[in-house]
Amino acid sequence: MSDPLLEVRGIDVFYGDFQALFGVLLCVNAGEVVTVIGANGAGKSTLLKSIAGLMPLGRGDILFDGARISAAAAFDVVKRGIALVPEGRRLFPSLTVEENLLIGGQSRRPGPWTLKRVYELFPVLAERRRLPAPALSGGQQQMAAIARALMSNPRLLLCDEISLGLAPIVVRDIYARLPAIVAEGLSLIVVEQDIAQALKAARQVYCLQEGRIALQGQAGELTRESISAAYFGV
Amino acid sequence: MQWGNVIIQGVLIGGLYAMFAAGLSLIFGVMRLVNIAHGDLIVLAAYVALMVRQALGIDPLTSLILVTPIMAAIGYALQRGLLNRTLGDDLLPPLLVTFGLSVIIQNGLLELFTADSRRLQAGAIEIQTFQVAEGLWIGVLPFIQFAVAVIVIAALQSLFYRTPLGRAFRATSDDQAVAQLMGLDTRHVFAMAMALSLAVIAIAGVFLAVRANFDPAIGPARLIFGFEAVIIGGLGNMWGTLAGGIILGVSQAIGAQIDPGWQLLAGHIVFLAILAVRPQGLFPKVSG
Repeated sequence: MSDPLLEVRGIDVFYGDFQALFGVLLCVNAGEVVTVIGANGAGKSTLLKSIAGLMPLGRGDILFDGARISAAAAFDVVKRGIALVPEGRRLFPSLTVEENLLIGGQSRRPGPWTLKRVYELFPVLAERRRLPAPALSGGQQQMAAIARALMSNPRLLLCDEISLGLAPIVVRDIYARLPAIVAEGLSLIVVEQDIAQALKAARQVYCLQEGRIALQGQAGELTRESISAAYFGV
Repeated sequence: MQWGNVIIQGVLIGGLYAMFAAGLSLIFGVMRLVNIAHGDLIVLAAYVALMVRQALGIDPLTSLILVTPIMAAIGYALQRGLLNRTLGDDLLPPLLVTFGLSVIIQNGLLELFTADSRRLQAGAIEIQTFQVAEGLWIGVLPFIQFAVAVIVIAALQSLFYRTPLGRAFRATSDDQAVAQLMGLDTRHVFAMAMALSLAVIAIAGVFLAVRANFDPAIGPARLIFGFEAVIIGGLGNMWGTLAGGIILGVSQAIGAQIDPGWQLLAGHIVFLAILAVRPQGLFPKVSG
């Protein structure tokens, strides 16, 4: 088997004196969808931020496509092909929808994702491209945040809590488009509290509990009991 | 026609104030940095123009071809080398550091050029005028100065809303962390904003030096005029800044007409009145 696309090797991450991650190990192969589940405060978002270069590592290493990216700044990480869809969408409120997408393409990596392609994936964004980003509904903002990340033509897309604050029907609609993204050869790490949704989307599942990997396995092979135990720590 | 003349002079000087203000407003908007050394940098630009003029013998307005990139380069280096290190959650470090910078620039200029007041001679253009109506005359130089101010403001406005660099400025101003996730090196974006601010300062500095005498100590008063124009116009709107500069200029001109001692006071009073009634300024942030 070829080398994994992303390797997280035993990372410790701190917020001041507070340790958020303890020796976390994680692997993503090319074209694979990996889900990280866990309760609030388990360290899921911290893990994604560390991979994206927004958090310095206390210990451990992160390798992307065989190269060490542990010390790379966030703007450099995205140029190497990792894009993060941040928790809470965080579109730029002063920019229109289209400007948000264009700034996502700032790094000018070559690849299949252009304005035209992301508008095909999310047609509602094309209709609303001239509106300021805050004028979109929550679900549309989430679509815009995903589209903005795709514009950098990443090889690995990190999605932080896509379902947060959205109606179930909207969440299903967004998840229904993930296969089209994977079909372009992208790998995904999806962080979710919505376990049912997450398990449907992924092949590999990691469960974080208080900053440690409590469970890891193939989505189809894990039992409901083992996931509950790892999720709630009971 | 006397009052008509007064108001026109006020409007024309308002263009200069708007240029003082535009650079200040730009960097506050992009990086929340209040540049206390802004006025002294305007004076520095005037001295750079003086040196260029002495070295090459070219007229002041032509010297802008050199002074503008020199000041922009100084701005970029200043931001990358010093000011980026002061930025963070706390507003105090950049205030203190730019205050220190202000003291250093003033004393450096004093050492190099003494306290003698200087003037950039622009030649015959300084005294040329044209008549717009019976009894209403406009100086060619103040008119050029105002026209340049309008062009500078229009250029900044379209740069902000129509170019990738402007998009990067607005995105970084909205959310620094996410801007980095888009591949923007915020240290570079900030340095570009400071370079642009100092390019505008260069233009303002040259017009200031042609219009009146200058010496190393006049920077802080220019900073105050710039601040007042920004606050009157409302932050984040370049056309508002131009309006702010004009209101300040007209207030000063009217004050001076009533009594020469009231020139500055009238400007400050109008500024205070607007601040009291509309703290967000007359034309707060608009998009597009």
